[in-house]
Amino acid sequence: MSTFAASTTDPASRPDRQAPAVEVRDLRKTFRRKDRSAGRFKRKRPWPALDDVTFTIARGECVAILGQNGSGKSTLVRLLSTLLIDDGGEARIFGHDVVKDASTIRRLVNRVSVEASFFKKMSAAENLSYAARFYGMTPHQTRKGVPEILNRVGFPAERRGEAMENLSRGMQQKVALARALLTSPVLLLLDEPTTGLDPRSKLEVQEFIRQVRAEHDATILLCTHDMAEAEALSDRVGLLDRGRLLFLEPVEDVKRRFGVQTLEEAFFAATGREFEAEPNDDDEYREVFG
Amino acid sequence: MSEFALETRNQLVGLFGIVERNVYLTKRYFLWDVAFMVWTIANTLTIVFIARSIPSITPAEENTAATALLVGGTIWAFLGIIFEFMTETVAWERWEGTIEYTFMAPLSRLVHLFGQGAFAVLYGLIRATILFFAVAAFIGIHTPNANYPAALGLLALASLSFIGVGIMTSVLPLISPEKGAQLGFVAQGIMLVVSGVYYNVDVMPGWMQAISKISPATYALRGCRASIINGAGMQWADVWPLLIIAVLATPIGLAIFKVGERHAKKHGKLKRSG
Repeated sequence: MSTFAASTTDPASRPDRQAPAVEVRDLRKTFRRKDRSAGRFKRKRPWPALDDVTFTIARGECVAILGQNGSGKSTLVRLLSTLLIDDGGEARIFGHDVVKDASTIRRLVNRVSVEASFFKKMSAAENLSYAARFYGMTPHQTRKGVPEILNRVGFPAERRGEAMENLSRGMQQKVALARALLTSPVLLLLDEPTTGLDPRSKLEVQEFIRQVRAEHDATILLCTHDMAEAEALSDRVGLLDRGRLLFLEPVEDVKRRFGVQTLEEAFFAATGREFEAEPNDDDEYREVFG
Repeated sequence: MSEFALETRNQLVGLFGIVERNVYLTKRYFLWDVAFMVWTIANTLTIVFIARSIPSITPAEENTAATALLVGGTIWAFLGIIFEFMTETVAWERWEGTIEYTFMAPLSRLVHLFGQGAFAVLYGLIRATILFFAVAAFIGIHTPNANYPAALGLLALASLSFIGVGIMTSVLPLISPEKGAQLGFVAQGIMLVVSGVYYNVDVMPGWMQAISKISPATYALRGCRASIINGAGMQWADVWPLLIIAVLATPIGLAIFKVGERHAKKHGKLKRSG
């Protein structure tokens, strides 16, 4: 991975080389959602987004967590990104607790989410420079680093100064990948990075993820509901269903265990339900903005 | 480089990043800024013209009244900008969708909010200066005795307090995404109405006068009027309350913000919308 930000990383936030990249034990997170069946006098009831989730990711590994909408994938990513506080259990990144050592974790982790999330009137170069400042990168460093990283993700040089709002979703997602990589994270959290992209952009982003894996010492946690993508990119595949992690194994082991040919069939065997897109059931969103 | 020096350097670069981002956004929204500037000048003129309508006063008294109103209008505009920037720190990021990236970045919250405040003060000062001299020129206000350095010094000191109070209000959209910004504007309005923007605080009821004592705007307005109308220097009676509020407001504001941030993280409110 690029070392643009490496010189600005203080010794305390260097990853513990002995510890696993990610260590999650009995992790729980419960939100409160409005009970729509209660009619006019709606009451909130607890809804477990993560229910005693336990797993480990080794350094340099790429793990995919599959799950339908509302299965808890984004909650997991947001907990590991220090944006949520758990209700129980623990999560450690390179040995650092995500709640107690949040400031250390923040230098080790970056993410790409389903929404590219940029200042829409600012250009790709401006957005990347802004993000890089938070990681201690000076204008001198970003003048060189931003064009380099944009070039690597295949972003056309002549569009670097164009406002983000004028770029396609695929282009925006490339800039999002560039933003995540610019800060040299040792753990990359990818939350549905190709959802909503056209087939060509999707392949380009997947190819870039492969490149990052091949060329750099990064650990990747990929959350997706695209089974083919999970199978193609990861060493192990996990299934998160209604907040519970049903398994996390190499794809071939999963198929062997359930005696099936595809991950869709494995999902059916594990849950008794078809793996299909469920209605958007983002309960956190409902609680906050409803 | 020692750990402390490295961390300090990184935080300063981050602070620069916040200011730099706001410069980029100001450039992109420049025509909106021009429109708001014209609107603010027009709005202030409607207030300052009131001095012309006061019957039976001498031209000198009219000039003094107009200057007092203009100082009030200018500081209202200055404060309004600081509060708007601070209160909407979270709201803007939530709307743009960048809130999660900013809050998961290794930037201390103090630096994050202070960077926003620093830009607001710079931007507010530029606007206030344009506003003051544009209205003064339009109406024909004379300020032969004005002590502008003293007025600017007081505003600079008051700005620290305003940033601290602004940090307190900036937590509101974090706790309540929809109602928080509205509450921030309510807080701004209350602070200004008790501070004697266009009148002396002693014309208000006793309970409002009591509240005015904890508002930094009270001392900024009183001091600036004295400097611009009478040429007074920075008066200790205005300086010491501003110093105390400045010293207390930022740590209290930051502590409140941290409690709010923890609440937001606990309840999943630290996320985008729009």
